[in-house]
Amino acid sequence: MLPRLEPRSGVSAAMMLLTPAIAVGLTLIAGVIMFAALGFDPGRALYTFFVKPVSTLYGVSELLVKATPLAIIGIGLALGFRANVWNIGAEGQFTLGAICGGGVALALHGVESWLVLPAMAVAGILGGLAWGAIPALLRVRFNANEILTSLMLTYVATLLLSYLVHGPWRDPDGLNFPESRMFEDSALLPVILDETRLSIAAPITLLIVLAGWLVLSRAFLGFQIKVVGQSPAAASYAGFSEKRLIWTTLCVSGALAGLAGMFEVSGPIGQLHPVVSPGYGFTAIIVAFLGRLHPVGVLFASLLIALSYLGGELAQIELKLPLALTGVFQGMLLFFLLGTDVLIRYRVRFGRRGAQIALPQGG
Amino acid sequence: MASDDAAARLALTDICKTFPGVVANDAVSLTLGPGEIHALLGENGAGKSTLVKIVYGVLRADSGEMRWNGQPVQVASPAQARRLGIGMVFQHFSLFDSLTVAENIALGFDEKVPMRDLTARIGEVSAHYGLALDPGRHVHTLSVGERQRVEIVRCLLQNPSLLIMDEPTSVLTPQEADRLFETLRQLASEGVTVLYISHKLEEIRALCEAATVLRGGKVVATCDPRTETARSLAQMMIGGELATPVRSGADEAGSERLTVRSLSLESEHPFGTPIRDVSLSVRAGEILGIAGVAGNGQPELLAALSGETLCPQADSILLDGQPVGRLGPRARRARGVCVVPEERLGQGTVPEMTLSENGFLSAYLRSGMLRQGLLQLRAMSRFASDIIEAYSVMTPGPATAAGSLSGGNLQKFIIGREILQNPDILIAAHPTWGVDAGAAAAIQQALLDLAKAGAAVLVISQDLDELFAISDRLAVICEGRLSASRPTKDTTVEQAGLLMGGMFDEAGEIIETHAA
Repeated sequence: MLPRLEPRSGVSAAMMLLTPAIAVGLTLIAGVIMFAALGFDPGRALYTFFVKPVSTLYGVSELLVKATPLAIIGIGLALGFRANVWNIGAEGQFTLGAICGGGVALALHGVESWLVLPAMAVAGILGGLAWGAIPALLRVRFNANEILTSLMLTYVATLLLSYLVHGPWRDPDGLNFPESRMFEDSALLPVILDETRLSIAAPITLLIVLAGWLVLSRAFLGFQIKVVGQSPAAASYAGFSEKRLIWTTLCVSGALAGLAGMFEVSGPIGQLHPVVSPGYGFTAIIVAFLGRLHPVGVLFASLLIALSYLGGELAQIELKLPLALTGVFQGMLLFFLLGTDVLIRYRVRFGRRGAQIALPQGG
Repeated sequence: MASDDAAARLALTDICKTFPGVVANDAVSLTLGPGEIHALLGENGAGKSTLVKIVYGVLRADSGEMRWNGQPVQVASPAQARRLGIGMVFQHFSLFDSLTVAENIALGFDEKVPMRDLTARIGEVSAHYGLALDPGRHVHTLSVGERQRVEIVRCLLQNPSLLIMDEPTSVLTPQEADRLFETLRQLASEGVTVLYISHKLEEIRALCEAATVLRGGKVVATCDPRTETARSLAQMMIGGELATPVRSGADEAGSERLTVRSLSLESEHPFGTPIRDVSLSVRAGEILGIAGVAGNGQPELLAALSGETLCPQADSILLDGQPVGRLGPRARRARGVCVVPEERLGQGTVPEMTLSENGFLSAYLRSGMLRQGLLQLRAMSRFASDIIEAYSVMTPGPATAAGSLSGGNLQKFIIGREILQNPDILIAAHPTWGVDAGAAAAIQQALLDLAKAGAAVLVISQDLDELFAISDRLAVICEGRLSASRPTKDTTVEQAGLLMGGMFDEAGEIIETHAA
């Protein structure tokens, strides 16, 4: 007899908060098995992957550097996902933010002014916003699925960046390497901790988390987002415009991804490369769900996922393991999270249909 | 018959069932003989649903005995109940929207039935019992009334010897309800026992030969409803005096607040009902009732009035003489319109959200609950508490999720939310559907009081008794057309029934025919 899924009568609130922890635990167990099967000492491998990267102050600062874009993008995505607006193209919006922010930096090359960075930030935000607005327009006007359009635009964005750094924006003194020239100091984010790459992007991220939390818990906009996501008919009854919320959430998540892209090129990278992101825009989807679409949860999830990036790099150096390990761990985490999510809503049953069927308590 | 348990089809003895914090059934005993039509009466939360769910195997009793044809049984599941010959029509439908009528019915069978045979049998049963159904239609295109027919036919197809019916007539015309009663009487004469749950006391008096009254989980009375009055039955249920809605005197109706002029609308839904040339007006201080069988354009008309569907022309709908046809729900709310929607869960309220948040859902423009784009949590909680208190909503408090309230309580909350906003114009759909007598009387009184205070009230309902009780004028919607409105006091139930069948001409006046 095949196992069946039966809905549970209620979803425990405690379990909703616990599942991310359970998923992390299961990921570690699977990691142990995987390392053992590969012939490594699982204890040492896990230590290298999860503990060693953050055993120094520099390691912790790198963790924050990696977590910053994930958290910023994750907040924006969480807002959209709450309203059932599935922006899968944050990677493209991130790239456009990097292009526009970096473009301003290159255009203002030689200008020494504190205004350069704000101008870059505005350009980055607008670039990401524009890239998010296209799927919004297509969805609202033509009912085109934003999952597909936003994803496809990601490839347009990365090809556009590639064209620019191979062509018009290539560093004239760069020996034909496909990179832009290095940004001037006025176009680089101020570092807040000496000897590290930790910039003011990190405290700004905290402000964005706080703002996201305020929007979702206290603002009318957040209320409308939640109602549209949970009961579209109730939103229509209340007079909340679904179209306006599609526009808002796609533009906000695009703008935040664009800001993150600008932070990345004016922070850790310092110039434009053909590839400016190790998949932050896609990984932020995992971050948003792992954080239960809650801004504070997203913050913690971004730290955890950032660790998987660092751990993957260190495992490559010390254990000669492929960098794909990062993706494997992120994938396992998402798999276990989705799995546990299903299991707190449904129970697995074998055999014949059982007696317990959840029915509403009628009058 | 009650004395001889061996002959009883179903005998329940001292059934107890406790939920955390609530004793739902407290030593309930009930005996049903073959061919008996037995009413189960009680207010919301009296334990009726729990009891029948135990009989049907959905819930398990904590203690007590159940005998089926004299044999002790433990019904572990609805499937086992159906094998024993117990069928149930639920108040809340359990149909899959994306499947057809026939597919939904097939899902209710425990064995596989070839679809062609099933379609034929659905045809036979629905013709035999006068329950018109197209087996190939998708359920999401059906009206509430048609969905109920699917549930009833699904049950009858299984040839039950005990049929449990939870509020089956709330969506039928008087003529259809009469036909259903004939069906039930016919079933009873064939030896089928019917356990009938309803809040409509008049129909219980007409149909049932015995009644068991539950209050607070206990059996408080058994009686023969044919020798009782609706009033005495209601008072057994609530254990006190029943307040009857008091009509205000024949006040002069005020100015026209809401006017609809020759409104025609194509339905957005492929199987919806287009609105055709509907005109109506509601004056300050009066209640206009719109009767009609489910699925004749009520949701479409409601959406056009609330602004969820925009009209092609702005002047199709006037509020105080101002054209509002192109304005959405928010702008119309700002002009004093409040709406009680058709669906309580998922439309009128968000089930996962608290009562505070659900109070805010439609009242956000009022009561200072929104300042500078921020929710004022304390004002929201106070507003929800006011509703709970003023409309005796049974709930632990404003922080409770709306989805955990029973249907009647949630309806009281929604009605209270709209009325406490002091609307100039209230549009209410099915205000007392599935609500018990005590609560229904309170809701109807609230509507009357609102009209007396000068508001224009439009009530769309399938419950003719209710419309006759509270409305000043009555119109009927049929296939998207609206009859001319007539003073309620000059209208008979028969005339309303004719109008509900579409017997009105271009001018909306009734076409009198010879009684067949």
